[in-house]
Amino acid sequence: MALPKYTEPHYRIWHYFYLFVCGCVFFFLIAPLFVIFPLSFNAEEFLVFTDGMKRLDPDAFSTRWYKDMVYGTKNPWGLAAKNSFIIAIFATIGSIILGTLAALGLSSRHMPYKGLIMATLISPMIVPLIISGVAIFFFMAKVGLAATHLGIILAHIILGTPFVVITVTATLSGFDHSITRAASSLGSNPFNTFMKITLPLILPGVISGGLFAFVTSFDEVVVVLFLAGLDNTTIPIQMWTGLREQLSPTILAVATCLIVLSVLILLTAELLRRRSERLRGINR
Amino acid sequence: MSSETQKILSTDGIPLEESLKKAEKKNKIKAFLLVSPLLLFLIITYIVPIADMFSRSIDDKMVTNMLPKTYKAMEQWDGKELPPEEVFEAFYLDYKILVKNKTAGKLQTQLNYEKNGFKSVLKKLARKQKKFEEGNYKEQIMKVHKRWRNVEYWRAIKRRAPAYTYSKYLKGVDMYSNEDGKIVQVAEDRRIHRILWSRTLEVAFFVTLFCFLMAYPIAHLLATLPMKYSNLLMICVLLPFWTSLLVRTASWMILLQQQGIVNDFFVWIGLVADDNRPEMMYNKTGTYVAMTQILLPFMVLPLYSVMKTISPSLMRAGKSLGATPAVAFFKVYFPLTIPGIGAGCLLVFILAIGYYITPALVGGASGTLISNQIAYHMKSTLDWSFASAMGLMLLTGVLVIYWIYNKLVGVDNIKLG
Repeated sequence: MALPKYTEPHYRIWHYFYLFVCGCVFFFLIAPLFVIFPLSFNAEEFLVFTDGMKRLDPDAFSTRWYKDMVYGTKNPWGLAAKNSFIIAIFATIGSIILGTLAALGLSSRHMPYKGLIMATLISPMIVPLIISGVAIFFFMAKVGLAATHLGIILAHIILGTPFVVITVTATLSGFDHSITRAASSLGSNPFNTFMKITLPLILPGVISGGLFAFVTSFDEVVVVLFLAGLDNTTIPIQMWTGLREQLSPTILAVATCLIVLSVLILLTAELLRRRSERLRGINR
Repeated sequence: MSSETQKILSTDGIPLEESLKKAEKKNKIKAFLLVSPLLLFLIITYIVPIADMFSRSIDDKMVTNMLPKTYKAMEQWDGKELPPEEVFEAFYLDYKILVKNKTAGKLQTQLNYEKNGFKSVLKKLARKQKKFEEGNYKEQIMKVHKRWRNVEYWRAIKRRAPAYTYSKYLKGVDMYSNEDGKIVQVAEDRRIHRILWSRTLEVAFFVTLFCFLMAYPIAHLLATLPMKYSNLLMICVLLPFWTSLLVRTASWMILLQQQGIVNDFFVWIGLVADDNRPEMMYNKTGTYVAMTQILLPFMVLPLYSVMKTISPSLMRAGKSLGATPAVAFFKVYFPLTIPGIGAGCLLVFILAIGYYITPALVGGASGTLISNQIAYHMKSTLDWSFASAMGLMLLTGVLVIYWIYNKLVGVDNIKLG
């Protein structure tokens, strides 16, 4: 955004001030994440930059907290990671199936009470998590699913489906329904039409909704706090306990891994978004 | 040809209108069937349990079930003078069973809520009732403790007769119904919930305001920069968005601690003395800073998606017609971004009002919000009906905002990323 030559001085100053403010906000957004990375390699047990680290002394850095994360006997990070992945994967699959079906129905122009149903389906995203947590806990306790993997997976499907519904509905908004009609007129049954025509076209939306559902489940702590027993501990629960009791560098090692994971997810989501935009561009 | 319009028939001889209607109906059912699995799932596991919270929050059957005979006998009693012998007898019989089953303690606690000092009276009765003789229970009970002659205590029992109560809701706003059945405020030093409600609103409001002030310039920059730069900067917004909430809270805990980097920086530029580092965490400051950073992407994304659609030529047109850049901005650009502002502000406000994790970790005692109170009653005091009542009060507020959001923006217009 170069300024034209004829810009008056006070607008020029204003413009640089504006860029400066933007820079500060971007710094505020992104910088906190980068504090964790160097501190997780701290050789000491403190959560501050030691003098050795400021001098970039190699002895001040170590990977002991990563070793502690993997081999440490006190921390059930291994179990937590296993549980987190199992729960998140099944919750994602469940959310994708239920959410995609619902989105297909919702984007049909014949759908009755569309607004009301959409508002209901999105509500788990809007209702404060603490209330969802209380309500789901009462339900799971009643049907005997509290402190089970299945209970947590079902809870996360509830929380994850709104994202799938939103992203898939958005993808379907540019969908040309005449191609599915063309497929039917050529003799394809509805299931085949869906698998061969509709699904490949809406796949970017489905996957990015799935990513949202995965992250939601993987990061979710409020509802799990109500539902989880000792065997169902997840990474967020371990982090929550750690942060409440004692902030140890091992948590920072875990946090670094989680940041790396979120970078990967972000890149995937971005690639998908672009692909989806390209695909929808062709359809128009 | 007759003037009557002939009905158009489809190939199978049925009138076209009818077969169209039939097809339409079939499509409707098809669409509904696709939605129904999720809808049913949500209704069973989510909507009904939330509604169930309501019945839990007004449930007051505990005392009613403990004193069935007493309440039956009390039906005739007008509550003006001491109850008749039948009530005393019924109460004695009910209470005897409770003492025998070792559940009298619950009744003592519950009735003590109604009338201070009831607990000791009931405890004494529990000890003495073993020696009671048959007949004339009124005399015998009144002999145990002189307070049984006070009609106030009997009124207190009668007040708990209904199986349903809205007292939990009153408690949520620091009120209760007193002995005369009037609704009054609790003592000034015990009005903790009202402080929490106002603090929750205040934090949500200011976080929304800060988010708006910070998000507007960068959303504008993202929308006006050429694609290749804006895509790069967009990552600065999206990376925090995709990063775990706990990770971001942890990073703020490190930054804001007393020996943390922010304090180091303040000391370095000479803003504060090294031995007088301010406490920035475990109070409201921590909650504000962390929540603003965490919720900022939710403001940037809707603003960005609206600003992206505003053609830059509109501002140029305004300027060419003689407006200064400031006037052109406020008269042309700003009004066009209002839908985005509405969407972003409502979204951030809704999220902020129900925030739990961050205030619990960096908020300390003066930075906790209503959600933390709900969690506290769910986990520590186990007063689930009170937690449900508070939850529903919060939910009502959120649903009102959600409804406004739906009217203004439409839920199907929510964009993610």
